[in-house]
Order: sequence, then structure tokens, then C-alpha cells
Amino acid sequence: MKIVLENLTKRFPGRGKKDKTVTAVDKFNFEFKSGKLTGLLGPSGCGKSTVLNMISGLLSPTEGKIYFGDEDVTDLSPELRGVGMVFQSYALYPHLTVLGNIIFPLQNLKGKDKMSKDEMIAEAEKAAKLVQIEGLLSRKPSELSGGQMQRVAIARALVKKPKVLLLDEPLSNLDARLRLQTREEIRRIQKETGITTVFVTHDQEEAMSICDEIVVMKDGFINQTGMPQEVYDSPENLFVAKFLGTPPVNVFSGMVKAGKLYIGDEAVTDVYLKDGDVSVGIRPEGFEADINGAFSLKLHSVEVMGRDKSFVMSHEKAESEAVRAIVPSESVPRTDGDKVRFSLKKEKVFVFSKETGERIKVSYEA
Amino acid sequence: MKLNKAWLYLLPAILFLGVFMVYPLIDVFVYSFEEGYNSASGTFFGIGGYNYSYVLRDPYFLQALKNTFLLVIITVPLSTAIAILISVGLNSINALRNFLRSLYFLPYVTNTLAVGLVFMILFKKTPYSDGLINLLLGIFNAGPVDFIEGPYWAKMMVLCIYTIWVVMPFKILILTSALASVPESCYNAARVDGTGKWRIFTKITLPMISPTVFYLVITGFIGAFKCYSDAVALFGTNLNAAGMNTIVGYIYDMLYSDGGGYPSYASAAAIILFVIVLTVTVINLLVSKKHVHYN
Repeated sequence: MKIVLENLTKRFPGRGKKDKTVTAVDKFNFEFKSGKLTGLLGPSGCGKSTVLNMISGLLSPTEGKIYFGDEDVTDLSPELRGVGMVFQSYALYPHLTVLGNIIFPLQNLKGKDKMSKDEMIAEAEKAAKLVQIEGLLSRKPSELSGGQMQRVAIARALVKKPKVLLLDEPLSNLDARLRLQTREEIRRIQKETGITTVFVTHDQEEAMSICDEIVVMKDGFINQTGMPQEVYDSPENLFVAKFLGTPPVNVFSGMVKAGKLYIGDEAVTDVYLKDGDVSVGIRPEGFEADINGAFSLKLHSVEVMGRDKSFVMSHEKAESEAVRAIVPSESVPRTDGDKVRFSLKKEKVFVFSKETGERIKVSYEA
Repeated sequence: MKLNKAWLYLLPAILFLGVFMVYPLIDVFVYSFEEGYNSASGTFFGIGGYNYSYVLRDPYFLQALKNTFLLVIITVPLSTAIAILISVGLNSINALRNFLRSLYFLPYVTNTLAVGLVFMILFKKTPYSDGLINLLLGIFNAGPVDFIEGPYWAKMMVLCIYTIWVVMPFKILILTSALASVPESCYNAARVDGTGKWRIFTKITLPMISPTVFYLVITGFIGAFKCYSDAVALFGTNLNAAGMNTIVGYIYDMLYSDGGGYPSYASAAAIILFVIVLTVTVINLLVSKKHVHYN
């Protein structure tokens, strides 16, 4: 079932008398595709959790509409929406066993949906099997590890077969290794159940790795939507370019003059644009060590990471202190004094307007 | 060496507790078996259980026992339940929350005897006035009832209301902080899962504050069994005459009545009270095992 958000807006009243109201989400228009895993991605405070809470019904929107399929659920209370939700802190009931936690939503069912105790336990066992915690049903949450608690929370969210699964930063309380493992697990469960899932995270890697589609948010606005690779390869503005990718994109202030893109004094590549100042973003993997390359940077150190290595460099026109280039581990830096020269892969170089930060689409051929 | 140092640090406390707590406790126990003890001469006739049989047959003691039990059984569950209701209410409103909290806490910082006086004015029937409560009752064509010097049930009711009123602020204070510590996300999870309000209260709120409730029940029982000043505040010092004596009141009277008093009877009554409180507390602990959830 698809979820459609139409002009969704949430304003919170200011705390004091002088505080203005805060607009957490501003005219959010998006369609979450049926049966897909969609990531809501953005830095903290961008309004992504607010969007999720409005989908769940825990928050009511100031303006706008929410549709589940064709049904308008904007004014429906959470219990009537049929959503499963996993919270950042898991929100397990500490006094109940794992089984007690998982069957809790089933015990709420009334009328024709009411289940017998045996049916409930059977359903709970099915859900537990899906998240692979069959052996833990009689334990209390305090006897579980973080990863296990997360699985219990997912089982509890799935047990009543919701139409929509909402995950609010589900991995942020786990350690690095477990995070990798659990995110694949979430992907597997989502694929097995085919449930429309919205996944909120501030970690771009997490979102890129498991989502069918991502929505990049900033300050309550949608910046860009699309398939992860698409968004990564073709960011629409400087914020999206910076937000996606680790190590992040390197940003330089550059200049276009007579069909050439200058960073400092060096014409690093040809562009067909009208002359003027621009911001240039270069992905770390866009550098190719090349003794005849047009772009030279000051080399500080080389970090070896096995599969590849990372050159840590600096450039006077760079926005950040360190400029990082990732090159295959075979390539050896050929230095010219303390300078190392690169040629650039054109598809990894983005040009942005200096004023607005919007991407300027560049054609490299005349 | 390290061990000696530890004992050295503990010594002052042990000394004081020993002299002022442990020794008197043992002494009370010993007194309670000394028959015909005379506090002036410090002599006694013999050792045996006569003090206990005297106390247990003393109609004043039996009256005090009955009063105390009634008080405990009525006020502990009622005050705890009302305190939970008020705390949940306080926790779920935003406007005036702090103001109401302070209001509910006022009786705690007010002197017991002063509150007793207020209750007297509310309930007492004098030749000039029937008291505020009787005025209210009059509206419903009931009463007037003499609550302070009238029938037993009326006096008991006033004592119970008074006790509940006095213990309420502390319970509300403790409960509101316990309620605030229940994570919001648990409530959100329950709401998303379609849990009704009553079920949220019984299945989530209550279990999660159960250690606090249990603490309040235990201390409530102990406190109610030791009730004395409340009765004095309402009915004056001659509690036996009013028929409203409590066990602690009986012990006090036994110690100081008739000049020297009867420390042996008082000791026996004190030991009986101790056994009752101990038994009730143990029962509480056993019952709580099933219903209290520690995280």
C-alpha cells in the first residue's frame, strides 16, 4: 500500500512569548511506493522524525493530508491506522517477557479480529521466527543485548501484520558491527514481508545501502528524492552532494573562464558555461593520480585502508582543511616536491551556483 | 588493617545505634516478660507471659487494636489508590500542573495539629454551630452528625479521612516522579499498537511504577499501624474515653498513666505491635513478588 503525503506541514508553537513558531516540516509532498523500503534521510533536526510521527498518527499535522492507499487517514488516531512502529530506544515493555511484548498488540484487538490465546502465541512465534529470536521468548528485555531488543521491537511491530512499517532511527543504539548486520536483516525482513516501509536515519550510508528510494531532507524541506545511486551520482544541490558519501565530497571555490573550470590558477577541466564564480564538488573517487594531471594539491599523508588508499591533502581554495582522494591501493603517489597531481573524472565533478548552491548542469562537450 | 579501619569508621554509628536502638529494643523485650515490674524500685516478681495475657484481655487494648486495624485497612488502600489517580491526572495535564502540584503538597508542610484543628472546625458540632460538613449534609437533608463526640462510625470516618488527607501529599510527590520516569516511547508504542487508555494504565503504567507503589504500601502500612498523633489532633489526649485509642496511643498511656505507669504492659503491647507489623510486612513482600516488576 502506498503512502501519499500532500502539502504536509507541522508547526510547533514557540516556547516563550518571544519565540516564533517553529516549522518542523514544510509542505511535504511525496509518495512512498507500495512494498518498497524508503529512507527519510537528513541531519538531526531536519524534520524527518516529525514526518514519521505524522504518518504514525502520534503527531497531527498542522496542514496537509496523509493517504494510505486511497484512504485519507489524516484525522485517524494511531490505533486505527494499522501501522507498526519501531522506536530508536526500542520502547519494549520492561516488565513483560519477549513473548508478552510481541503479543501485546494482538491482545489489543477487539471484535471480529479478536484472537484466542493459542492463535496469538502462534502468530507471535511466526514473527519471532522471522526476526530469528525463537529461542528468547521467555526472557525479559533486560536480559537481551541491544541487537536482540531491536529484533523483538521489529517482531512486535510486525505481529499484527500492519500495512505500513515505520522505523525511527532503528540502528543508532547499536554498535558498528551489529548495525551492519541488523540493517541487512531489516532489508531481508522487508523483502520477505513486502511491507511498505519508511526508514528514518541520519546516516547516509545506512540509507543508501538498504533503501529502494531515499528522500533527503533539510530544515523541513525535501531536497531531493530518488534511488540512492541516482541521488549520489547526480545531486541537485551542494547540501545533498555534501550529505551523501563518506568520505564527503570535496568542495572548492572555482571559476569558469573561457570554457575552462579553474580552481586557483589551474584549469582542471573543460566546461561549457558562462564565465563566473562557482562552487566545485569533487567526489573522493573522482581523483586519478596522474603525473601529467591538471590539478595539483599539497600532500600531507596517505592512509592505507586495504582495498584502497586515501590521500589526505590540502588546497588553498578548498572549503575544508583536508581534501581526500580515494585511489586504488596499487597507485603510488608521484610527488612533485610536496605536490601530487591528479586528473579528474568528469562525472565525479559537480558545479554549483556560488549564490544558491543549486547544481549547474554542465555539458562537457560543445 | 583495612578491616580495622572500616570498623573504626562504623564505630560511632554502631555505638549510638547500639545504645539508643538495639539495647532499648532488647530491654523492651525483656520488660515484656517481667511480671509486676515496679519502675520506682526497679523490682519485679517473676518472669512469664502474664503481661501479654493482661494486655490481650484489656478492653482498652482490644479497642485500640480494632481502631488501628480499621484505620490501616481503610486508609492504606484508599490513600494509595487516590494518590495514584491524582498523580496520573497531574501527569496528564499541562496547564496549571506545577500550581496544582504545589497545592497537593501543601498538607505535607503543614503541622499535623494545625490540620487537625481545621478538621475539628470542619466536623465539630458545638452548641453554636454544627460545623461545615454538617451544613453541607443539611443541603441533602441529612445529619447533623456529631463527628467528634458522636457515634463510633462517625469518629472513625473523620479519623480515616484525616489520615488519608495527611499521607496523600507524600504519596503524590513520590508517584508523580515515578510516573515521569516511565519513558514516553513506551506510551507511543502502545498507542501505535492500538492500546486502549485503561489497558495502557493497567498493563503499562501500573507495572512500571509498581516498585514505587509497593514502597508506598509498605511504608503506608507501617505508618498507619503507628498512628497516634492524628487521633490526638482530632480527639484530644484522652483517647480511651473517646474510644478512639490506637495501639501506639495505648502504649503511651500505659507508660505514663497513674504516676509510674506500667512499663511491662506497655512493653508487651509494643512487642505485639512489632509482631503485627512484621507479619504484615512479610505478607506484603510475599504478595509483591508476583506483582512488582523491578528492572
